[in-house]
Amino acid sequence: MAPLLEIKGLKTHFSTDDGILQAVDGVDISINRGETLCVVGESGCGKTVTAMSILKLIAMPPGRIAAGEIIFEGRDLVPLTSNQLDEIRAKEIGFIFQEPMTSLNPVLTIGEQIAESLRRHEAVTRKQAIERTIEMLKLVQIPNAEGRVHHYPHQFSGGMRQRVMIAMALACKPKLVIADEPTTALDVTIQAQILDLLQDMKERFGMAVMLITHAMGVVAETAQRVVVMYAGKVVEEAGVDALFADPRHPYTQGLIRSIPRIDLDSEHKTRLEAIGGSVPILINPPVGCRFAPRCKFAMNVCTEKEPLLREIAPGHRMACHLGDTQVGGAA
Amino acid sequence: MSQYVLRRLMIAIPSLLGISAVLFFVLALAPGDPFSELATNPNVPPEVQAALRAKFGLDDPIYLRYLHWLNAMLHGDWGFSFVSRMNVDTLILQRLPATLYVIGSAQVLALLIAIPVGVYAATKPYSLFDQVANTLAFVGFSLPTFFTGILFILIFSVTLDWLPFVYTTDIKATGIHWVLEMIRQAIMPVAVLGLFQAASMTRFVRSAMLDVIRLDYVTTARAKGLGQAKVIIKHVMRNAMIPVVTLIALQMPAVFGGAIVTEQIFRIPGIGSLLISSILSNDTPVVMAVTFVFACLVVLFNLIADVLYGWLDPRISLR
Repeated sequence: MAPLLEIKGLKTHFSTDDGILQAVDGVDISINRGETLCVVGESGCGKTVTAMSILKLIAMPPGRIAAGEIIFEGRDLVPLTSNQLDEIRAKEIGFIFQEPMTSLNPVLTIGEQIAESLRRHEAVTRKQAIERTIEMLKLVQIPNAEGRVHHYPHQFSGGMRQRVMIAMALACKPKLVIADEPTTALDVTIQAQILDLLQDMKERFGMAVMLITHAMGVVAETAQRVVVMYAGKVVEEAGVDALFADPRHPYTQGLIRSIPRIDLDSEHKTRLEAIGGSVPILINPPVGCRFAPRCKFAMNVCTEKEPLLREIAPGHRMACHLGDTQVGGAA
Repeated sequence: MSQYVLRRLMIAIPSLLGISAVLFFVLALAPGDPFSELATNPNVPPEVQAALRAKFGLDDPIYLRYLHWLNAMLHGDWGFSFVSRMNVDTLILQRLPATLYVIGSAQVLALLIAIPVGVYAATKPYSLFDQVANTLAFVGFSLPTFFTGILFILIFSVTLDWLPFVYTTDIKATGIHWVLEMIRQAIMPVAVLGLFQAASMTRFVRSAMLDVIRLDYVTTARAKGLGQAKVIIKHVMRNAMIPVVTLIALQMPAVFGGAIVTEQIFRIPGIGSLLISSILSNDTPVVMAVTFVFACLVVLFNLIADVLYGWLDPRISLR
């Protein structure tokens, strides 16, 4: 069966005063129906821009989709105008943003903000929309939904606001929900609740979830498949078990080693490993592998030739010259 | 809410008292008083002068005169203009319509230009429209009204002879002709003042819109597929207009106070020109009354701005 969403060779560029910033540079990602796909990578690696490009939510200008296809249910979204995309936004693809504190309009009640999406995409009266909104608020476990529907965002805590955002994204029962670091801004205890809620909702509505995160812990808990991004490119892609058991790309290995472990006894405990350096600036990036300057295993070829993403095991793809010779051992 | 308003009004009383005291003492420090002309008039005998001064208490100590003024004011007696030979309140009421008509229309014109232009420019930043609007706005508020006013008079009155350049309150016409003449004579002052105000307001509206347009909740609104017009009007403008409404409310006293320079250029017999002529002729009661009314309006519209703010922004609760 064809995947629900297939991103092929996506390049999203931003023009800046210093030149063209290649935030996303040839990304391939596909999501099947009902699947949870995690996109991981550190800040600035292009995961958010990739997600925002799907519905053209990036600022254009300066942003621009320079190349690639975004095929959703057999239809390429890239050539569509903003008006045409409005039919897909929220209706087919819902979006949950990172910052629940700033992603809700402070001067409108949350009920109004959820209901306007329903009224835009479905033939419902104002009253029906509010009823559906209350239903959604109950589903995301907001206590006293009938009363809370008329409250303003500032009357909710961060976790509650993120529940509101989830209710908003799911109101029109989309086939795909893109959640951009939905728990990053929340307390740890609330994070788990929100992830559980997302999982619940996914099972109830049978939608696919594209979860963007930088926390490997979140990946381990929720994902079925994982895409690791670095500097605007996909460096590794695998099923979640394969990725944690056998990470092949040095960057993925670094990410996994940077998770604190409490399951080791004290004599096996090692210093938490960080990946040295930082994400390169993507204006005129150097040829070759973009991770090479930070890579322990960098060879001459790494700075000369760009490694291509290739299948190294069934369903396991990666882009590194170290190829199928396993390096550094599994974490 | 009503408690908040009541408390603010109570706080306004001491501040208005303070303002009136300062105004009164400053005016008393100024050289000359309503009767100083008499001193140089050879037809008035010195003893008559002295008697008049004593009768009106002009040589009393300052604090006595202030209390006297305050007492009269509280009883609704605004004083008497010796220059115009009429009560000050009648005089102000006589001048107010011209000011409200011209300056008020100018404000309305400014808003009608500034809001659509500012909003549209902000939705397409750095586009041709935005650049042209920005440049014109910059030119607009760089040119003082006394320059544009005279330029307009030169072009439209002197050269083209389309519009009258002196504003008059006794138009010799009735019915529709009177209305047309009223409109015709207001065109230039309203345009000069309105365009000047529109220039700075456009830039204010544009920057308020740009501040909001890049916020996260606007992206959220876009992600709902609402369409550009709805996103801009419902989500961006609704928020961006909060500071704009406040600014307009705070500007309202100026509408009543009249635009002194513009009123002078076009000879509009409004409050602004009344204030100028009273200052020049030492007509202290009028100066005192006009400035005090102005102070009251500033206090009142500050309160209105705060109440509006609380009404427009649910995050602010007035207690």
